[in-house]
Amino acid sequence: MSLEKFVENALSSWMSAEGPEIDIVLSSRIRLARNFKDFTFPTSFSNEEAKKIIELVKKRIEEEVTPEIGKLELLEIDQLQPLEKRVLVEKHLISPHLVEDSAKSACLLSENEEISIMINEEDHLRIQCLMSGLQLKETLKIANVLDDWIEESIDYAYDEERGYLTSCPTNVGTGLRASVMMHLPGLVLTQQMNNIIPAINQLGLVVRGIYGEGSQALGNIFQISNQITLGKSERDIVEDLTSVVQQIIAQERSARDALARTSHIQLEDRIFRSYGILSNARIIETKEAATCISDVRLGIDLGYIKNISKSILNELMILTQSGFLQKYAGGPLRPHERDIRRAALIRERLNFTEHSSS
Amino acid sequence: MICQECHQRPATLHFTKIINGIKTEVMICEKCAQEKGEMFMDAGGPGFSINNLLAGLLNMESNIQQTKANAFPKTEERRCPHCHRSYKEFVHIGKFGCAECYKTFNEQLNPILKRVHSGNTAHIGKIPKRIGGTIYLRKQILDLKEVLKVHIDQEEFEKAAEVRDKVRSLEKRYEAQEGGEEL
Repeated sequence: MSLEKFVENALSSWMSAEGPEIDIVLSSRIRLARNFKDFTFPTSFSNEEAKKIIELVKKRIEEEVTPEIGKLELLEIDQLQPLEKRVLVEKHLISPHLVEDSAKSACLLSENEEISIMINEEDHLRIQCLMSGLQLKETLKIANVLDDWIEESIDYAYDEERGYLTSCPTNVGTGLRASVMMHLPGLVLTQQMNNIIPAINQLGLVVRGIYGEGSQALGNIFQISNQITLGKSERDIVEDLTSVVQQIIAQERSARDALARTSHIQLEDRIFRSYGILSNARIIETKEAATCISDVRLGIDLGYIKNISKSILNELMILTQSGFLQKYAGGPLRPHERDIRRAALIRERLNFTEHSSS
Repeated sequence: MICQECHQRPATLHFTKIINGIKTEVMICEKCAQEKGEMFMDAGGPGFSINNLLAGLLNMESNIQQTKANAFPKTEERRCPHCHRSYKEFVHIGKFGCAECYKTFNEQLNPILKRVHSGNTAHIGKIPKRIGGTIYLRKQILDLKEVLKVHIDQEEFEKAAEVRDKVRSLEKRYEAQEGGEEL
């Protein structure tokens, strides 16, 4: 497959699209956890119950949701090839957990991949909406449309006092997890992240690496999300998170300004060295690639690098993961082979954008 | 530092356990930690998993209760009538088996929810439109009754009368819906 074609197929619309505060906020995500009334939760249900739930959803999606959302496609996880599953995980459309018990699970995807509904993950439904930039309110609106549409014909497990009942008590109430993915090289370089993380935690928010719980903050990308789902309304959760994110954006911008002012030459050197590595390396590991990609993206944002599009960070972040590399290579690769392929793909991609934008 | 469990591998994890106010320091290697289940390790990689951590919190809860002169001696054995999950199993996994579990273990739930949700135990967010119809109405009625009280206290009788009429009409709708009639 040609690189151009591969990239075109590999990216979801939110990755290349523009959005508010796109220089710092890569994406906004809303997740609603919902369960069906009178069914056991996926942590202990039988195969028959799992099948029944998938059937119920299948019946519901035969109709179009609303014209804006369009049709959703149902994917039964056990029908997918291992590499396809991996790619869906790498694109953040499904969780690694959904793949574990694939005989019982399925997912619904919208055409532009902004919407994915996981069926029988930890809860019967995990309605997820993803948009580029800082657009939590808009994302919540779409999630609510989907939620209301499903509820029109299927009864949810809901309790007047506790709200939407979920398998884990950490999600009960609104079942809402709102999260924002941020690129914060300025705050990392000026060593302010260590002060900011505890402050954010005190506000009932959590900071994680890009792949959720337990993952490292690869390439200066952090995911910030709400921890509390009970005793706060959906609107308040989203507003609180948005306002904290806006403050972090302001701090990141001033850190970038300060860096450009006080250590301009060092910064420029670092950015162009990383650019040099990416455009010339023959072997590159995930971690080094992530660091260099982050530097290049900062270079683009600061105007040092002019001939590459901003979406490069999103693209390379996805394309350099092992599932994608193997998909592009057309078969399984050993770790060392992946490092070689990764370097080749990045070189190709950088040359490709340079040529296409000149 | 050598792992205090296997006495072979280097201890890479150092953590402090506090149970019933008694502090214990543990130096252990990753392998022993996983085998013993002492550390709340995420199988997928390094770091803490929220759910495992939660299981830890819940365990703490049952430890405290046990020391309270066996105030709830049967809690551990109680089982949910729908999914048959016991409280002990819930504490171990950190997850409920079904919606009914919330009722079965309601007594134990408030302290757990308070700990996880910054002191909150009650939902104030979205109400599902269809099945939540009467809940929504009841909530509106209760809220308006509060407003009514304030108006009466402040001797604003005209405003109070307006609110009272609204309450009455909502109550009628509520009764109609509860009786299964369409509005």
